[in-house]
Amino acid sequence: MLRWLPEDVSPYGAGIDALFHLIYILTAVVFLTVTAFMLVFVFRYRAREGRRAVYTHGNTAVEILWTVVPTAIFIWLGLLSKSQWESIRMTMPLSDTMIRVTAKQFNWEILYPGPDGQFGTSDDKQVDNEIHIPVGRPIRVILSSKDVIHSLFLPNLRFKQDAVPGRDIQAWFQANKPGKYEVPCAELCGFGHSGMKGWLYALSAEDYRQWQREQWPQHSALPTGTEQEYADE
Amino acid sequence: MSEAVAPAPLSGHPSPTETPGFWRIYIFSRDHKMIGKQFLLLSGVMLVCGGLLAMLMRWELAWPETPLPLIGASQQFIDGGETQTAMDKTWQEWLAQDETEQNWLARNMPTGAVTPTFYNSLFTMHATIMIFFVVTPFLVGGFGNFLIPLMIGAGDMAFPLLNMFSFWFTLPAAVLVLYSFFVPGGAAAGGWTMYATLSAKAQYSGVESGVDLWILSLILLSVASLMGSINYITTIINMRAPGMTWFRLPLTIWSLFVTAVLLLLALPVLTAALLLLLFDRTMGTSFFLPEGGGEPLLWQHLFWFFGHPEVYILVLPAMGVTSEILSTFSRKPIFGYHAMVLSMIALALLSWVVWGHHMFQSGMNPALGTAFMLTTMVIAVPSAIKTFNWLGTLWGGNIQFTSPLLFALGFVSNFVIGGLSGIYMASAPVDIYVHDTYFVVAHFHYVVAGIIFGMFAGLYYWFPKIFGRLLNEPLGKVHFFLTYLFFNTTFFPMYFLGVAGHMRRIYNPMQYEFLHPMQEWNHFITYSAFCLFLVQLPFCVNLVWSLLYGQRATANPWRANTLEWSVSSPPGHGNFAVTPTVYRGPYEYSSPLVTEDWLPQNQALNAATITAR
Repeated sequence: MLRWLPEDVSPYGAGIDALFHLIYILTAVVFLTVTAFMLVFVFRYRAREGRRAVYTHGNTAVEILWTVVPTAIFIWLGLLSKSQWESIRMTMPLSDTMIRVTAKQFNWEILYPGPDGQFGTSDDKQVDNEIHIPVGRPIRVILSSKDVIHSLFLPNLRFKQDAVPGRDIQAWFQANKPGKYEVPCAELCGFGHSGMKGWLYALSAEDYRQWQREQWPQHSALPTGTEQEYADE
Repeated sequence: MSEAVAPAPLSGHPSPTETPGFWRIYIFSRDHKMIGKQFLLLSGVMLVCGGLLAMLMRWELAWPETPLPLIGASQQFIDGGETQTAMDKTWQEWLAQDETEQNWLARNMPTGAVTPTFYNSLFTMHATIMIFFVVTPFLVGGFGNFLIPLMIGAGDMAFPLLNMFSFWFTLPAAVLVLYSFFVPGGAAAGGWTMYATLSAKAQYSGVESGVDLWILSLILLSVASLMGSINYITTIINMRAPGMTWFRLPLTIWSLFVTAVLLLLALPVLTAALLLLLFDRTMGTSFFLPEGGGEPLLWQHLFWFFGHPEVYILVLPAMGVTSEILSTFSRKPIFGYHAMVLSMIALALLSWVVWGHHMFQSGMNPALGTAFMLTTMVIAVPSAIKTFNWLGTLWGGNIQFTSPLLFALGFVSNFVIGGLSGIYMASAPVDIYVHDTYFVVAHFHYVVAGIIFGMFAGLYYWFPKIFGRLLNEPLGKVHFFLTYLFFNTTFFPMYFLGVAGHMRRIYNPMQYEFLHPMQEWNHFITYSAFCLFLVQLPFCVNLVWSLLYGQRATANPWRANTLEWSVSSPPGHGNFAVTPTVYRGPYEYSSPLVTEDWLPQNQALNAATITAR
């Protein structure tokens, strides 16, 4: 079943997928065990002439066992999930690339700060539904909405975050493999919800610089050096 | 409360000598049995409505933007001028008024295909109907009303008049919610969760009065639930027959009692939230609108603070019914009665502190997410306890394969799948990926649609008591096996879709390239869903045939222990000729004290045997 998971290209997705697999194995084992017991009992203890059911009201030791064991497993799962959750959502890696994604019915408005790295300056550039990012680098996203709640969903990047009107939500994602990835809206946002989508282009360092030069051609200050030089700026 | 005393005759009731007329018996009845039947009928009708909406949705998802067979084909014939058959003529007449935009069908399915807004209305109303107008009215309104007085040994509810009002608030609520399909702009289309700001302004969803009617309908329903729950709680606390101590109550009654407490506390929260939403929509307030200083997430907190207890309001009665039936047909006491009661109470208490797991991706502080994740993991424990105790009940039994038992086993099976799949979403990191996908849709259908198995189990079980005739057993078994098969082929593949990232509430999956490989599953699910709908036919036939010609039921056709089986089927006016005295718990099956394998709660044993015990 888990082979249908879209390819993961994110730095933390492997952790999410591992947890997914762990829960899958755990739940599959429990499901099969419970079902097997049920079928065996139903067959083994089917009504027969002259038989009499075992007269018992339960067993305290068994009750304690099947209360304590699941509790321990669930707390263990909770703690495993907690550390992952906190590393994904409560820490933000240092990033030199920032974009602002503003959702509206029914498009993603992508705002790039331009070469100066500052929003609100004249070299800001806004496009609809196309996110260009350098591969292998954490991208900081400031997510907001102009009208209703939307949800920025990047299946391949294992990223999902609601965009809420009246809030600037800080988030981050990273693509470790160059490619073109679909960006659907995952929260019902009106009659155009279905089909509200964009594309994420994860570009190699070279392609990304090329794209930057195309976007800001008159900007001589645009870095032309190696990726490392750009990162040092 | 072990000394509960039988109540004095209720003033709300006509005395046995006075013959009430048609209106008093069938319409404005204060008899809990008739009110129960009214609720059962209402929820049955609503179940068909909700099911039909689902069929339309499944058509759209499998063959997006494709005209429906009948409507679409006739449209083609009309366009081509080939309207020859009688069928096409009918449709031509129907569609002739299209141009005036008055025709409802033409507005919502202009070319015979579902429009996006209509699709959004379909899933919104499907959920609203199934949750508020099918499951709760059936289990709580129907079974609750019918069974509470009978199973605790009382003549009627504590407040018969209030009980009548409870139904007569529910019915207009149901009418309003159906009527909202026909107002300009159509029915509410914001999802049953009605998230602000989409729901708070007509311009965002394109739906105008439809949402207002939805709000009014649910407020009416809240009032009805309030009246019902006060009545249930009062009745169970005060009107138990002598000897019916708390721990001799059948688990069905325990589940209804806990549910009533949840209803009493949760529904007012919804009502308050709905009123604020109505103010935002109609009076220009900004509780949920950020431009006026409001907060969209406030709606989600209020909604889910009600919404998660609501899940247990739906499922607890089905758990009670299942426990009842598994014990009866295993001919064995329920395994771990006290554990069953305590786990229900634990579920009810914990259900108040888990609502945030619906909001992990909402923008709520992630630290809060951690807290809700841990509480959510803990609430899985009482569910696990219940499942293990059901297995324990089957162990060592003498299991009779009746239709009620099969449906109860079906409920357990679905609940196990639904419950286990909840763990994926409880884990917040995994939820980042599966949130708002079909994984969630599969999960809550296994839990909530799985409750239908509990409803059928109860109906097959208590049908002879309610209507005085038995349902046909072979037809019941056919109904069970086909329903179980197609239920699973319908809902299980939705997990596959969810794993592939298929978002919920989308109108056309083919708009997304990454979902193209999964479209075959959408076809499969749709075929299964149509089959699931069709295999309810044996049940409908069974229902009508058995009501008219079914075998007449004796007082206790299942040889069960609880008090409702000690009176005739159906029970007469006032239920019990003499107030019963209760001597023991409800599940004394195969007791060594007697030679039969059942021992009714109200059967006195001679002094020698009791001493020997």
